[in-house]
Amino acid sequence: MKLIASFGKYLLFVADVFRKPERRSVMYRLVIQEIYDLGLKSLLFVMFVSLFVGAVVALQTAANLEGSWMPTYLIGYATRDAIILEFSPTIISLLLAGKIGSNIASSLGTMRVTQQIDALEVMGINPVTYLVRPKIIALVFFNPILISVSMFVGVIGGLIAGILSHDCTATEYINGLQYDFIPFKALYALIKTVLFAFIIASVSSFYGFFTDGGALEVGKSSTKAVVYSSVVIIVSNYLLTQLLLGS
Amino acid sequence: MIEIKNIFKSFSGQEILKDLSFTYEKGKTNLVIGQSGSGKTVLLKCLLGLYKPEQGAILFDGEDIITMSNRNLKKLRKEVGMVFQGGALFDSMNIEQNVLFPLQMFSNLSSEEMLERVNFCLKRVNLENVNHLYPSEISGGMKKRVAIARAIVLNPKYLFCDEPNSGLDPHTAILIDNLLQELTHEYGMTTVINTHDMNSLVQIGERILFINDGKMAWTGVNSEVFKSDNKDLQDFVFSSKLYKTIKSTY
Repeated sequence: MKLIASFGKYLLFVADVFRKPERRSVMYRLVIQEIYDLGLKSLLFVMFVSLFVGAVVALQTAANLEGSWMPTYLIGYATRDAIILEFSPTIISLLLAGKIGSNIASSLGTMRVTQQIDALEVMGINPVTYLVRPKIIALVFFNPILISVSMFVGVIGGLIAGILSHDCTATEYINGLQYDFIPFKALYALIKTVLFAFIIASVSSFYGFFTDGGALEVGKSSTKAVVYSSVVIIVSNYLLTQLLLGS
Repeated sequence: MIEIKNIFKSFSGQEILKDLSFTYEKGKTNLVIGQSGSGKTVLLKCLLGLYKPEQGAILFDGEDIITMSNRNLKKLRKEVGMVFQGGALFDSMNIEQNVLFPLQMFSNLSSEEMLERVNFCLKRVNLENVNHLYPSEISGGMKKRVAIARAIVLNPKYLFCDEPNSGLDPHTAILIDNLLQELTHEYGMTTVINTHDMNSLVQIGERILFINDGKMAWTGVNSEVFKSDNKDLQDFVFSSKLYKTIKSTY
């Protein structure tokens, strides 16, 4: 019952996000600021993780192929599919749910307990539109860019690892990347990233916005934001995959 | 002028405000006093439209905010300034941006005019050369003054303050009290101040509402506090040794 009530509250909250903003010029400035805070500041982290995970996927694939009859260009093929289909859109989004989700929930939670949200409300400003909408727009816009960068860097990581370990040549790896490439799979991955971005921003904002109490509750909201964002991402990943790739 | 008429407010079946009526007068500092948990903050939140009373009326110059449409309530809020207990300054903005914020959201002034207004308000609360500091870099008293500057930047008709001098040293508290009174007279605002501070009561209590257990227990002006025979009021105001001594010599 409590879960249904929370879900209803979440839907009303999301509906509030799409109300008309007070001033478009202010909203535009806020979106740019959030792209910088939530998106650009995560770029190096995403690149670092993607580079090493791409390298590990390539090394593991090479280890599995060792001594078999299968061609070495499959290292590139397997790395590409693992990175594009699952690692970059889902695992990076889960990592971002931790990094960005806790940031959003704790900043909104702190604003709530220090009455900054009440101050906005008293001024006649819709705090949901003013605070949450720019975060959702920024993340939905920038997450596909982050994930695309992650895909690229991950594949490069695989290439570097393949060459350094002498498991494959650059030509073999690139042939593998091009082998049986279906562009829809990249589109499927990007559709996932848009949905996951919305989940991270809205679920984390929801828990931060409705923080009630003091510093301890801000911490609890932050934890809930990360846990629930991750759970919803995992479940929606399965549903979306069934919908878009299922037979 | 703000009138509250027979308002009732309860939470989870527990009545917090019980048949409360009072008139906050224009151009005066209207103080609301009472013990913690007496219903002062709930009353303030009702006045701000953050809580809706179950019964009664809250009239802002004759217009009832309880039955008012959201659109009109939003308009009215542009005529309201609020000073929160902790200041509630936006951490991500510097002092100038904090005071500028209401102007950016609601005025059609040019950037130069806005900045001029911000500097005027900051000067009015005796703050200069702090424009580029952040709230974490200034003292509690300065935060309160910035909050007052932000509250008056749109020339509000109504000013609400929730314990404006809590946590301040006596000297700074008096400065804040005097500032609020001066601004109230200067701009002819209807100022409502929730306070526990007995110095404020004596200093700027031009009109006082004493709430006890959610009910109006006493109303009057500062000079009448000492003469009143209301036991609850006497127990509340003169609970400290210092005030008992002052009263005995009055």
